[in-house]
Amino acid sequence: MNLNFLDFEQPIAELQAKIEELRLVGDDAEINIQEEVERLEGKSRSLTESIFSKLNPWQISQLSRHPLRPYTLDYIAHIFDDFEELHGDRTFADDPAIVAGMARIDGRAVMLIGHQKGRDTKEKIHRNFGMPKPEGYRKALRLMKTAERFGLPVLTFIDTPGAYPGVGAEERGQSEAIARNLFEMAGLKTPVIATVIGEGGSGGALAIGVADRVMMLQYGTYSVISPEGCASILWKDAAKAPLAAEAMAITAEQLKKQGLIDHIIPEPLGGAHREVEAAARNLKHALIEALDGLAQSPLDRLLEQRHERLMAYGAFTGE
Amino acid sequence: MNWFDKLLPTRIRTDSSDKKGVPEGLWTKCPGCGAVLYRAEMERNQDVCPKCDHHGRIGARRRLDLFLDAEPREELAGNLQSSDPLKFKDSKKYKERLSAAQKATGEKDALVVMRGQLKGMELIAAAFEFKFMGGSMGSVVGERFVRGVEAAIEHNCPMVCFSASGGARMQESLFSLMQMAKTSAALNRLAKRGLPFISVMTDPTMGGVSASLAMLGDVNVAEPNALIGFAGPRVIEQTVREKLPEGFQRSEFLIEHGAIDLIVDRREMRDRLANLISLMAGRARPV
Repeated sequence: MNLNFLDFEQPIAELQAKIEELRLVGDDAEINIQEEVERLEGKSRSLTESIFSKLNPWQISQLSRHPLRPYTLDYIAHIFDDFEELHGDRTFADDPAIVAGMARIDGRAVMLIGHQKGRDTKEKIHRNFGMPKPEGYRKALRLMKTAERFGLPVLTFIDTPGAYPGVGAEERGQSEAIARNLFEMAGLKTPVIATVIGEGGSGGALAIGVADRVMMLQYGTYSVISPEGCASILWKDAAKAPLAAEAMAITAEQLKKQGLIDHIIPEPLGGAHREVEAAARNLKHALIEALDGLAQSPLDRLLEQRHERLMAYGAFTGE
Repeated sequence: MNWFDKLLPTRIRTDSSDKKGVPEGLWTKCPGCGAVLYRAEMERNQDVCPKCDHHGRIGARRRLDLFLDAEPREELAGNLQSSDPLKFKDSKKYKERLSAAQKATGEKDALVVMRGQLKGMELIAAAFEFKFMGGSMGSVVGERFVRGVEAAIEHNCPMVCFSASGGARMQESLFSLMQMAKTSAALNRLAKRGLPFISVMTDPTMGGVSASLAMLGDVNVAEPNALIGFAGPRVIEQTVREKLPEGFQRSEFLIEHGAIDLIVDRREMRDRLANLISLMAGRARPV
């Protein structure tokens, strides 16, 4: 079994393995197998298309956490120029689960803030699996304030299982750190664009997610609790996660339909990790478009619209 | 009727169906110290154990009743109900859970908001009903809270909220997550108007409620020994794989770590909050 492919992608993985094998044979064989390779590649593509045309929410949730999925720093490298990473909350520590700094996109200076997961075991631990502690959120807020002072738009990238549930995090006020960010972002005097690039895990995601535009990559997810967490509470069985994923409406498509996000950014066939460059291109395009759109509004109008958007969240009846 | 009862003359026969037993709930056991207490005495003492000062959980209406002046009182946005945007269903339909909770508590949702007075000072007071789906915050809780804040702005008065909640309401998924942003944004407006928000955290105040409106008080107050935190103790234990220290995430732990301003005994809540509010408003201490 190829670990770089998810369960439901295994038929594609098998075809890919066959193609690789043929290529190896082809190098020293007399016969021309080029035709056969092309035929199989075509088959692999249409198989991928057919699998990806009917993904269920649980499969999308797995894709959003795919081990090869591009993370914030991958997108920063592909999309932005002159990135200067800035560290620390000035009070306690630097949290590697959130990266932040200034950079240029298409010549325009912006402030970037994003969750960062690790690729190999060592980095995963260093990044705490993308689960920030209070100092991470406080670093984010500090740099949002810096951005406000210098009139830089803030671009955030959401990709976290959630805020870290640990002893130290509680001691240092995880709740307060998240709450403070929600409070301050609501009135931040500069445009904010939030994009869910992978996993949008609850309050830990929202703490950098209050924005004038909320976008999601096609195979991102955004929810109040992980499907596993929801299943273990409501179904008393974490294995019911696929049912929970379905019930909670966590995919970009479902959230767009509910009016909770503004824009879905398409991913290349097979997901962002199959063609990182193409995914980054799409993201860059969407970011520039959103920046252009927001640059039109004067600041007080922008803040009024942000407030109205926040007040409109909710589904209830009766007066 | 058994044979023995039949032998008795009808005059002294008692039908077992209307036999009076000891009335339910006349006595109650303190969850803190285990003392057996007379229920009426507990009630007179605002559900605080007279032996060990354990603060029992109380409902939203009782809370507001204990806190506000007898009149005037006006409930705000009391008719709002969740519209179940996702048609959510786990082992049970969300609609069914809602109507069961409504029947059990007599509330339409987990937050009650009133415009009233505290020692003659006008204010808006909100209280969570923990028995309504664990006091979880969904669209109605968020909207009612915001209506309360808007009323405070309109009437130029302070806002007080008594929290008791397990966090966000899963059955409304991202709608409930967004209530964190919504309530926090409303408090930002209140602060811009220079109006005070006093947050009183009671047992328990966790998750999405703790990580939004509850921690945003100009003054953060807690009742003694309330469980207050972001992640639940069980989740933390599973993550860090160690036993949590005694008193972890309790009010006294929070004050030691600088997260709250003060711990106030329920029986002093009216006096202390009235004093705080009058200090913030630059007024004489109300009697």
